[in-house]
Amino acid sequence: MEPLIIAGKKFNSRLFTGTGKFSSSIVMKEALLASGSELVTVALRRVDIKDKDDDIIGHLNHSQFNLLPNTSGVRTAKEAIFAAQLAREALETDWLKLEIHPDPKYLLPDPIETLKAAEQLVKLGFIVLPYINADPVLCKRLEEVGVAAVMPLGSPIGSNNGLQTKAMLEIIISQSKVPVIVDAGIGAPSHAAEALEMGADAVLVNTAIAVSPDPIKMGIAFKLAVEAGRMAFEARLAKATKHAMASSPLTAFLDE
Amino acid sequence: MNAIEHNIQEFIKAASFQEVVESYHWNEVEESIYAKTKTDVEEALVKKKRTLEDFKALISPAALPFLEDMARESQALTQKRFGKTIQMYVPMYLSNECQNICTYCGFSQDNPLRRVTLTDQQILNEVNVIKSYGYAHILLVTGEANKTVGVPYFRNALQLIRPHFSNIAMEVQPLEQSDYELLIQEGLHSVLVYQETYHEDNYKFHHPKGKKSNFDYRLDTPDRLGKAGIHKMGLGVLIGLEDWRTDSFFNALHLSYLEKKYWQTKYSVSFPRLRPYTGNLEPKVNMSDKELVQLICAYRIFNEEVELSISTRENEKFRNNIIKLGITNISAGSKTDPGGYASGLQALEQFEISDERTPQQVAAMIKEQGYEAVWKDWDESYN
Repeated sequence: MEPLIIAGKKFNSRLFTGTGKFSSSIVMKEALLASGSELVTVALRRVDIKDKDDDIIGHLNHSQFNLLPNTSGVRTAKEAIFAAQLAREALETDWLKLEIHPDPKYLLPDPIETLKAAEQLVKLGFIVLPYINADPVLCKRLEEVGVAAVMPLGSPIGSNNGLQTKAMLEIIISQSKVPVIVDAGIGAPSHAAEALEMGADAVLVNTAIAVSPDPIKMGIAFKLAVEAGRMAFEARLAKATKHAMASSPLTAFLDE
Repeated sequence: MNAIEHNIQEFIKAASFQEVVESYHWNEVEESIYAKTKTDVEEALVKKKRTLEDFKALISPAALPFLEDMARESQALTQKRFGKTIQMYVPMYLSNECQNICTYCGFSQDNPLRRVTLTDQQILNEVNVIKSYGYAHILLVTGEANKTVGVPYFRNALQLIRPHFSNIAMEVQPLEQSDYELLIQEGLHSVLVYQETYHEDNYKFHHPKGKKSNFDYRLDTPDRLGKAGIHKMGLGVLIGLEDWRTDSFFNALHLSYLEKKYWQTKYSVSFPRLRPYTGNLEPKVNMSDKELVQLICAYRIFNEEVELSISTRENEKFRNNIIKLGITNISAGSKTDPGGYASGLQALEQFEISDERTPQQVAAMIKEQGYEAVWKDWDESYN
């Protein structure tokens, strides 16, 4: 399988993961290790950056994991930039998952504030991965301001509804110059495989692993699904057809 | 779209919730809840998105035989949204001075007991003890004494407390929009304001004197909070004052109205049951444990995103078992008298708590249930 490269960094796993909703930090660590995930996102709001022994950060201190701090909870570009700077200083990484959702019910991202913040953060030297709705034009605009990847949603976060935005994701994948990571809504390994088969570069999964009665096994299931989906993409998945192709009744006359 | 949903669409154009409530009649609502049938409940349970009519069915007596099904659905929805986590918070009583007479409350002005308002030093002493338990989310509580415990007092308290906690909520007298705006600047994240009861006449009976006797002003407080741009607000009724089903319907109606109108605010609901205190009002209505579970599950099934909170008013056994059924926030080790954590000033308590365990004991219980006790889920830099 081809490795994925984002901002010059090589990833052997195309499964990125979240760290929320687990029943304990130990379960989180074991499940994420089993999933093979090398990029794990952690909410600044959940960690105590003043505490060197923070429980979540402590459990993510492992050579397999690269931290991707996120700004979940902020409502504006201004708040996001402030939070990003704190996260960079405390967690010693330029990587940032930019999340701006002023809507606490559906947690849908604000495209205008996200674009504004992304532009600023790129100038400040951050490696910005913005969480956005599956909006192809917005993805191009973000690409233009220099984000390292785009993270369009498959369906609302935590909904487990799969790739409801498939038609838009296909356009995004076909025209993006930066890696496309499908984030949010992936509730089953089959959803993850589908995204990779379509040509998405990676997926980000949290709820489906964290809330499973067996998060370790579910982590492995996602690992395998992501690998299968990617391999199928690389091997040029055959197109599905609606009818049998045994004969060519419409064009057979040409050979007669 | 049924009539109620349609009304809400119309009502978001209304100036405030007062206008919404005016078009409902208590008795009609009550009758319609008690008229719900087994079929209504079954329909509500299989739907994907539930309406207020479904909520009525879920809180009706007809839903009691479906409690196990409701609990299963509530658990699944809660885990999907909130994961296997429970947010820890703790109340800190700043003052028990109060100029209101409330028939059910220990702080009632006519209760001749010791009144205390914490000084700066006393606040910091409380902060130290509370922090030593591990808390990062704090709820500041007072009675209503506008001259001594008004906006300047709150502002000062927030300035003292803000450096020590990542999330600060308040449960104090209703304030003006401009006051909330000012306090939000000082780091205030959430405000809890319970209507107590939506039955206007009964409200007036239970609040005969003081600023709190103004039913409409209290009713419009969430609107003022929404306009001020508060991050989160908490709603609730005091269970025991009136028919809990009808009151809970109005509370859910209020929630639906607010969510549509102030879409950038997050919401929580609490279910305080009347507890004994030194004045001892007999509850008009007793709600059984079974009914409280029904109500909690009904809220979750009706609204997947709302936070549901449980306090130390409830006993150990109940709290242990409710963790998995839809609750998202829990307090532990609470003292309901000002100064109670550090100094034992032995001032008047608001109510007797029923779960005396320490925060660490409760966190251990949460862990045993297969959940993580979350201490911090906000950052002071976000305010």
